[in-house]
Amino acid sequence: MSNAALVQVQNVTKTFHRGSEDVPVLSGLDLMVNQGEFLALMGPSGSGKSTLLNLIGGLDRPTQGSVSIGGDRIDQLSDRELAAWRARHVGFVFQFYNLMPVLNAQRNVELPLLLTSLNKSERRQHAETALNVVGLSHRLKHYPRTLSGGEQQRVGIARAIVTDPTILLCDEPTGDLDRKSGDDILTLLQTLNKEQGKTIIMVTHDPHASARASRIVHLDKGQLSAQPA
Amino acid sequence: MKYLGLIWSNLKRKKLRTALTVLSIFVALLLFGFLFAIKEAFTAGVRIADADRLIVRHKVSLIQTLPVSYEQRLANVPGVAAVTHMTWFGGIYQEPKNFFANMPAQPEKIFDLYPEYTLPPEATALWAKTKNGAVIGRTLADRFQWKVGDRVPLTSPIWGEPEGATAWEFEICGIFDTIKKGADTSMFYFRYDYFDEARPRGKGEVGWYTVRVQNANEAAAVAAKIDEEFANSPFETKAEPEGAFAAGFAQQVGDIGSIMIAVTSAVFFTILLVAGNTMSQSVRERTEELGVLKAVGFPNGLILVLVLAESCVIAMLGGFLGLGLAWALLQAGNPVPALLPVLYVPNQALITGAVLVLLLGIVAGAMPAITAMRLRTAEALRRNG
Repeated sequence: MSNAALVQVQNVTKTFHRGSEDVPVLSGLDLMVNQGEFLALMGPSGSGKSTLLNLIGGLDRPTQGSVSIGGDRIDQLSDRELAAWRARHVGFVFQFYNLMPVLNAQRNVELPLLLTSLNKSERRQHAETALNVVGLSHRLKHYPRTLSGGEQQRVGIARAIVTDPTILLCDEPTGDLDRKSGDDILTLLQTLNKEQGKTIIMVTHDPHASARASRIVHLDKGQLSAQPA
Repeated sequence: MKYLGLIWSNLKRKKLRTALTVLSIFVALLLFGFLFAIKEAFTAGVRIADADRLIVRHKVSLIQTLPVSYEQRLANVPGVAAVTHMTWFGGIYQEPKNFFANMPAQPEKIFDLYPEYTLPPEATALWAKTKNGAVIGRTLADRFQWKVGDRVPLTSPIWGEPEGATAWEFEICGIFDTIKKGADTSMFYFRYDYFDEARPRGKGEVGWYTVRVQNANEAAAVAAKIDEEFANSPFETKAEPEGAFAAGFAQQVGDIGSIMIAVTSAVFFTILLVAGNTMSQSVRERTEELGVLKAVGFPNGLILVLVLAESCVIAMLGGFLGLGLAWALLQAGNPVPALLPVLYVPNQALITGAVLVLLLGIVAGAMPAITAMRLRTAEALRRNG
């Protein structure tokens, strides 16, 4: 596992505007995540965990400060450049899976590949490989409604890794699952981290889930309260 | 092309809603096709009228007749190249609902004045030999399954029947076709000499004259000279270009073009609201999915195009089916041959319809597509939580 800093969040402030009111969510936050790390981002509701994850994933921009991923200042990219950057470097895993109900598992996983130059059979092959990695090679043609929650999250993870991204960002990936399915998903994420060297940042408020990470960071009221080694 | 599967899958998301929207567009374009065909039926005469042909009729109205002696005087007017005449016969075949235009004409001249119609030489020869002979258009022959040699009895409330006969009996000598799309081939022409000899009243009178001028650019001047020639006579004339004459006929029913535009506009506006509503609902329901597409890297422009394409596919499915069915139904047969002898969906309607369908798709999808494009990814994803 390399120790080079992959993610550098420096002096980041994020303020939302709600009507005439400014709501500060993050204030002067610094965070570094090394290549190959599995970081758990913990904190109570409203602490700014998901906001920070969105900033690292290029889904939102900081009000102040800088966000660099692999040396790229993503806070300075245009919308179009940011979209292209996300397609190349980030895989997202969502709490509620966010699969397209009208597409089967294989075609859901193929979605990010539509933005590449791969042809149809290559896309299909990549999707099958990704589904095989998450243990769902027998569910290729199944639609989300016919899959269990755990299986849907596995499809979500396959979609996130199918483009071989630099970093995996998981927002409460076990939040909607029972303990057994949640454990399976966490084991899968650990495997991806340890065996394939994927850098993972996982937002969670579940200590059981965060225990699987290699490092835990606590966020409270928009500031990092502790960074245990 | 690789996004077609995604677009198609999204259309199948709410099958009933998509089907109803497609159906409403289908009905609108079917109606558009029929309306355009009706407009064409009324205005084709204007469109296909030759610029070098004039119609000369009685100044008071078309139902007033003119003397047959005018033929020679018209031929002598400077600028006139050829003259023939016709008369409204108003003959009825079996019963009034079998209406078709039937007129006495001059066999040796009529097809020179109307070169857009072609009659086989053997038919021309037979007609010249057969005093009660008639030639008919292809549409009329197909309508009544008439063929050369058939005898057709007509009664004429206007002119009465020949002495001692209960009907005028004509023998079909030939069937003429046309080389000009939209030209009416539902007419029935028979010989004027036979008509004039046998009619019990109105001998020596004709309905109107068709005049070919030597130079189309001087048609208006020749028309003025003709009217001047017969001014202050018991039978004053009104000479006008054939197109204006045909337009006058169409205007008797009303401004068909304006009526069609009004109906079509109302229908399209309604359909625009239906299709726009469908697309708006569809985009609203998929906010999170659009957020996911953006998160995995779909740029805003591509999101816009995908939603617009979805809207256009719905419009094209319904629109092209509707236009196609209107075209196919009228190609298969004219349901109202007595009322509108020339009824077909012209190419111009198909092109206009196709453009309208695409516009409908783009306009109906524009607002939802822009909304989808402007969605902020983080907010779109948050709606799920």
